[in-house]
Amino acid sequence: MKAPAFTFERAPTLGDAFDLFEAGGGEAIYLAGGHSVVPSLALRLQAPETLIDIAAIPELSGIREEAGMLRIGAMTRHAEILADPLVATHAPLLAMAAPHVAHPAIRNRGTIGGNLCHADPASEFPAVMLALEAEMEIAAPEGHRRVPARDFFVDLYETACAPGEILVALHVPVAGPATRCAFDEISRRRGDYAMIGCAVQITLEAGRIADPRVAFLSVGATPRRVPGCEAVLHDALLSAATIAKAQDALGADLDPMDDPNVPPAMRLHLARVLLGRLLGQLENDHV
Amino acid sequence: MSEQIPLSFTLNGKPVAAFVEPRKSLADFLREDRALTATRLGCEMGTCGACLVMMDGAPAHACLVLAAQAEGAEITTLEGQSEDALMADLQAAFVDRNAAQCGFCTSGMLTTALAYVRQGGTPDRAAIRDALSGNYCRCTGYEAIVDAIAGVAEAAMHKEAAA
Ligand SMILES: Cc1cc2nc3c(=O)[nH]c(=O)nc-3n(C[C@H](O)[C@H](O)[C@H](O)COP(=O)(O)OP(=O)(O)OC[C@H]3O[C@@H](n4cnc5c(N)ncnc54)[C@H](O)[C@@H]3O)c2cc1C
Ligand code: FES
Ligand code: FES
Repeated sequence: MKAPAFTFERAPTLGDAFDLFEAGGGEAIYLAGGHSVVPSLALRLQAPETLIDIAAIPELSGIREEAGMLRIGAMTRHAEILADPLVATHAPLLAMAAPHVAHPAIRNRGTIGGNLCHADPASEFPAVMLALEAEMEIAAPEGHRRVPARDFFVDLYETACAPGEILVALHVPVAGPATRCAFDEISRRRGDYAMIGCAVQITLEAGRIADPRVAFLSVGATPRRVPGCEAVLHDALLSAATIAKAQDALGADLDPMDDPNVPPAMRLHLARVLLGRLLGQLENDHV
Repeated sequence: MSEQIPLSFTLNGKPVAAFVEPRKSLADFLREDRALTATRLGCEMGTCGACLVMMDGAPAHACLVLAAQAEGAEITTLEGQSEDALMADLQAAFVDRNAAQCGFCTSGMLTTALAYVRQGGTPDRAAIRDALSGNYCRCTGYEAIVDAIAGVAEAAMHKEAAA
């Protein structure tokens, strides 16, 4: 199908984008890579009057280290995340998740900012943001603010970035020498949205776990950390016994949605299998 | 109909200046306004890969890019690749292996294959299948396509080693 008619505006600066949004009287949306917006127009799932292209706004691009944090501009393409040496060194979990996002050509155009703002519950990067405890820098006409990832993902396709506001960049605390991480997902076919996915980051010293972060995607309206499971891992030796206990804790942490394709019991089972796989991988890498 | 907007970019090595309707996809612009029909439209939602073109040197779905978003970009369609030696090798390998039946998917397959081999992709069949995960073919069953790409990747590796 073809998209309905709309007007198209290019915003060279943040200020221009806000002005254009204001002028749009609630009928405008921002356009980044367009890989969620354009198909939604073609399918006529939405019909905005104006698209405001934010791709050229300077603050939205670039990856750099800044005061112990990695700053990743919202317009960074998935393929750049995959190839960037700073991401590989300072946020390896993000680099590990990137190959699971869609197909190679989609990764050339889709942006991390668009991905996070779209907030698909089966999307990889939102779960990674939770595990990395990243901060989202949001710009509004009144000024910039930072929102922790745990407060950013509000509901299905809904984030703390309100209509008219712009996600400028994400700030990720850089990984330390003892940081270990793993990411994987289970999908029916390569490149499909995942039935379950999991991001794990821990600090591992002398075989003992500190600061465990475990986040799941595709378990409900938003990605989820699993506090019970993390409590089991905290200050424990990374061993087969610990892994089994962590897997058992998931039953109380997760309450997967009703879905005829993947019933809750099956999804919980897949979550346990995936967590066991990832922690087992970290245990093997360690010995 | 909304107002047409000016658009300029490089298409197959030549500058293009045109007016487009904002809602027109790059694929429709190429096919309807430029008669470049190697770019195919299957699903128009990013799933089938029939519409892949090179955008600033990397494959992109022309159905997911608005023509207006191509402003300033360098777009190369399959028509613009015919002088490329690697593309010629891939096309020859597709013919040899009978990797095109109806041919609807072939432009997209060749575009993905070109990027794969250029980036130093190996003849490993699993890696080739992974690279092709966003390209659908309803005819061949993929084996012949993977064979053709593996052959060219293999030859490219030997060439690299000899150089
Ligand atoms: C076939 C296919 C398969 C896919 N598979 C996956 C997958 O497996 N995993 C996955 O995670 N994703 C997948 N995607 C989605 C892809 O990653 C999208 O590109 C991405 O979710 C959106 O990024 P975008 O830059 O294209 O955003 P756009 O489509 O331009 O925008 C998406 C939304 O975010 C808003 N927005 C964009 N940028 C900003 C900003 N900086 N500030 C405020 N609002 C903003 C827009 O207004 C819009 O509402 C797939 C897409 C396709 C077409
Ligand atoms: S037509 Fe673009 S991916 Fe199918
Ligand atoms: S040859 Fe017919 S779809 Fe691939």
